Amino acid sequence: MSAATAGSMILPFTLLAPVLAALIIVFLPKEEGKMIKIVAALGTFAALALSVYVFFAYDRAQGGMQFNLILPWTKDLGVNLAFGVDGISIPMLVLTNLIGFTAVYSSWNLDKRVKEFFVLLLILITGVMGTFIARDLFIFFLFYEIVVIPIYIMVIIWGSTKRVSKEYAGMKLTIYLLIGSAFLLVGLVALYLNAKGLNGGQGTFMFDELAKFKYDPTFQKIVFGLMAFGFGSLISMFPFHSWSPDGYAGAPTAVSMIHAGVLKKIGGYGLIRLGLMVLPVGAKFWAPVIATLAIAGVLYAAFIALAQKDLKYVVGYSSVSHMGYVLIAIAAFNVTSINGAVEMMFAHGVMSALFFSMIGFVYEKSHTRNISELGGLARQMPRLAVGFLIAGMASLGLPGTVNFIAEFTIFMGSVRAYPVLAILGIAGIIFTAAYILRTLANVLFGPRRPEWDHLKDLRGPEMVPLVVLVFVLFVTGMFPNIVYSVINSGVTHSDLSKVMETVGLAKMGGLF
Amino acid sequence: MFDFNFLMLTPEIAVAVLTLVLLAIGLLIPQGARKGMMPLTVFFLLGVLAFSVYDFFFGPQGVTLGGMYIHDQFAGFFKILFLSAAILVALSSGAYVQSFPTSRGDFYALLMGATLGMMLMSGAGDLLTLYVGLELMTITFYILVAYWLTEEKSAEAGVKYLILGAASSAVLLYGISLFYGMTGSLMLTDIRQAMFATPISPVTILASVFLLAGFGFKISLVPFHMWAADIYEGAPTPVTAFLAVASKAAAFAALIRVYVLTVGVQTFSPPSIGGHWTGQNLLLVLAALTMIVGNLIAIPQTNIKRMLAFSSVAQAGYLMVGIIPASPDGVKGVLFYAMIYVFGNMGAFAVATHIGQAQGSDEIKDFAGLARRSPVAAAVMTASLLSLAGIPPLAGFVGKFYLFSAVMSEGFTAIAYIGFVMSMVSVYYYLSVVKVMYLTEGEGLPLVPVKGASKFTMVFTMLITLALGLYPTPLAQMAIAAANSLVK
Repeated sequence: MSAATAGSMILPFTLLAPVLAALIIVFLPKEEGKMIKIVAALGTFAALALSVYVFFAYDRAQGGMQFNLILPWTKDLGVNLAFGVDGISIPMLVLTNLIGFTAVYSSWNLDKRVKEFFVLLLILITGVMGTFIARDLFIFFLFYEIVVIPIYIMVIIWGSTKRVSKEYAGMKLTIYLLIGSAFLLVGLVALYLNAKGLNGGQGTFMFDELAKFKYDPTFQKIVFGLMAFGFGSLISMFPFHSWSPDGYAGAPTAVSMIHAGVLKKIGGYGLIRLGLMVLPVGAKFWAPVIATLAIAGVLYAAFIALAQKDLKYVVGYSSVSHMGYVLIAIAAFNVTSINGAVEMMFAHGVMSALFFSMIGFVYEKSHTRNISELGGLARQMPRLAVGFLIAGMASLGLPGTVNFIAEFTIFMGSVRAYPVLAILGIAGIIFTAAYILRTLANVLFGPRRPEWDHLKDLRGPEMVPLVVLVFVLFVTGMFPNIVYSVINSGVTHSDLSKVMETVGLAKMGGLF
Repeated sequence: MFDFNFLMLTPEIAVAVLTLVLLAIGLLIPQGARKGMMPLTVFFLLGVLAFSVYDFFFGPQGVTLGGMYIHDQFAGFFKILFLSAAILVALSSGAYVQSFPTSRGDFYALLMGATLGMMLMSGAGDLLTLYVGLELMTITFYILVAYWLTEEKSAEAGVKYLILGAASSAVLLYGISLFYGMTGSLMLTDIRQAMFATPISPVTILASVFLLAGFGFKISLVPFHMWAADIYEGAPTPVTAFLAVASKAAAFAALIRVYVLTVGVQTFSPPSIGGHWTGQNLLLVLAALTMIVGNLIAIPQTNIKRMLAFSSVAQAGYLMVGIIPASPDGVKGVLFYAMIYVFGNMGAFAVATHIGQAQGSDEIKDFAGLARRSPVAAAVMTASLLSLAGIPPLAGFVGKFYLFSAVMSEGFTAIAYIGFVMSMVSVYYYLSVVKVMYLTEGEGLPLVPVKGASKFTMVFTMLITLALGLYPTPLAQMAIAAANSLVK
């Protein structure tokens, strides 16, 4: 690990780019909608460019935390303002900025209270980014909670009322996440105090230092249970998932993109970074439960998605279903499966952002998301149809897209640990194919519908999400080593692989 | 033989002088020319505050008046808190006070009287001094609550507060007299020695519980919280703010010094007289009840002042959590949280004062579209409420972290669960105010721009709330110093 205190400013700059853009927007007059959007796009582009630089500049051979910046923050608690990235957080960082950048373009046609919208959006992006680059648990949690309130305000103002009202959707989303985080907080404080005791009275929140201590197994089981509940409800683990489809349906496009694309992944990231690395014994204990719930979620959500009429609900349930794969991979506890889990989070993020972006455009132009009312859109809007189609294909794991690689790796990894569950999970792909193909067929193909003849295809700024996200899906799908080299370096160089070797040999614990 | 160190009493003397000067000015100059009293009060208090801050860090520490008055950093911390709260109340009340029908002049004198009473409470080294301070505070509050004479609600609230307050004072006084009867002294040091030396009898428990009830009334601890809603609603809004913030903090200062340290909650019931019914368990139950009841009753409220009343009941519950461990960390948490609670609540009340003044209504639905009608007020209200809810990066989160980590480190995990879950529940009703302000455009309601002193108050409280959330170290260091000066 490079010198701990020698600071690299690149991560703080990445974090501050959207903040700076938000500050500029605050001082722009609210009539200047176009200018506000351009500033937001520039801010997110700067963050994206910097994070892509970090992605390529990261020394894969050396591994570990790089681009560190550690400043002591509150001395009495032992909080450090610590930033740094390793192979697990870099894909998430790039993903955040990729989606942030495209989310700005997906909201290009917004004209209601533009100024507030983009300020909140940029705060949201900053919050999510902060969680992935924080090396300190306290800072991690701080950034995580920052995002909750902007999301609520964005849903109730710019959301849409369909099956449930947007106020209900927003509040449901917020309450679920906050109750989850209350349990997380108890776990966090317990962990902090226990580590403080083991460390001779000196408190610390640094992830890597917390991971060094040997906690009592019973303690680990309890605290991991709390965290599994907190992070599990964030990653929409069955049966704590029900906020997800309602929330996405009520939220405006950009929020759905960020929420499904990256915010959810904080749950998976937290489970790996905090659960597996710090509390391996607890993780081992709960792994069978998580794996079972994961596969239950995969199948259940896929079935429910089959019956949905609203496009956003289809993708909402599909994201619950896909997160099940991430969870079983985390529960499978080996290097291959963790690689797959991180890859899946990246792949699903790009795919769902593209999907929600396209659905957003369909809704914006046609004012409906009802599958039965749409049809034959490929004739009127060929470019949008291409994006839609690619998102769908990626969702069902078409080879050539990065999603295929991710799913393949996950099954490779988890079939050893949970043969039956993994096979059930593979079976889930069939249902995925069924609901995705049904949706694509009904919305894009079929006879031309004259009532949609007036719809204009994507053009100008609207093309940005399509081009950028499709490019990423295919490039990383065809040359998987671009992303894998980073993830693999993260998984093998961290203490994770060592932890998994020692704990993995132990008897599979838990209730089974 | 009799030490009479004036230097240690400087802030108290200054505030007493200001009270009298304001009274005299109120009598001498005509009704119309009293606009200058607010700036006079504020600038004088700023001077006293500056001195108190200096005194906190560099001033002499010690005991004076033969042990009746303690001048330590713990008292100093609370003095800074009371003075800050008084300044913020005075600043945000300018327009409101001008709208009183009569006797505008005496408002600030009474405010200062209450402040002086609180300062005495925080430094009392003797139960009688404490009682005098408490009564000075309470009696001025009886007047202040009923200050809006033409409003029925205000008069009603005044009478209610008078009756209930008098009853609680009687209970407290009875507790004090029992202690005097048992130990033969009113000095805290003597009582402490006697309490820790002699075995515990039913009378001790009775006396301690009476003390707790007396202070519990002031901090609106469940089950002594019933008065809060009506009185908060009826009183003039700046008075409500001061009542919610400073009088509560003063009672906490007394509670920590007297109940926790002197009476010794840890030891007040040995197993010999039946089981584990210790003071600590009593506090645990009351703190849990306070958090649960306060938060749950706040949910259906439609009046902003009633909502803030129940939210302040809940906040008292969080503060009680920090008292339970009776450790330096816990006291530090209480001090830290009490200070940020001042800024969080004052921001919310400044907005409520402004809206109540401009629109003549305290209903939450009349906050509709505030984001458009007064963006500053809406932003300040949001920040204040979210800080009270404990959402980072605002100061409330760090405060709750200190409180709950202190109590968990003593092994009380269940209460921390309740605290964290209830503070997430509180987000629901805080957010419903935010929703009203941001969701609709508020058609038909007037534009209510804020300006002058009340705008300064709002923005200042918001900046402090944000700054302490992002960088809590300075205040945390002060709280540690204050807690260490107390807990031996």
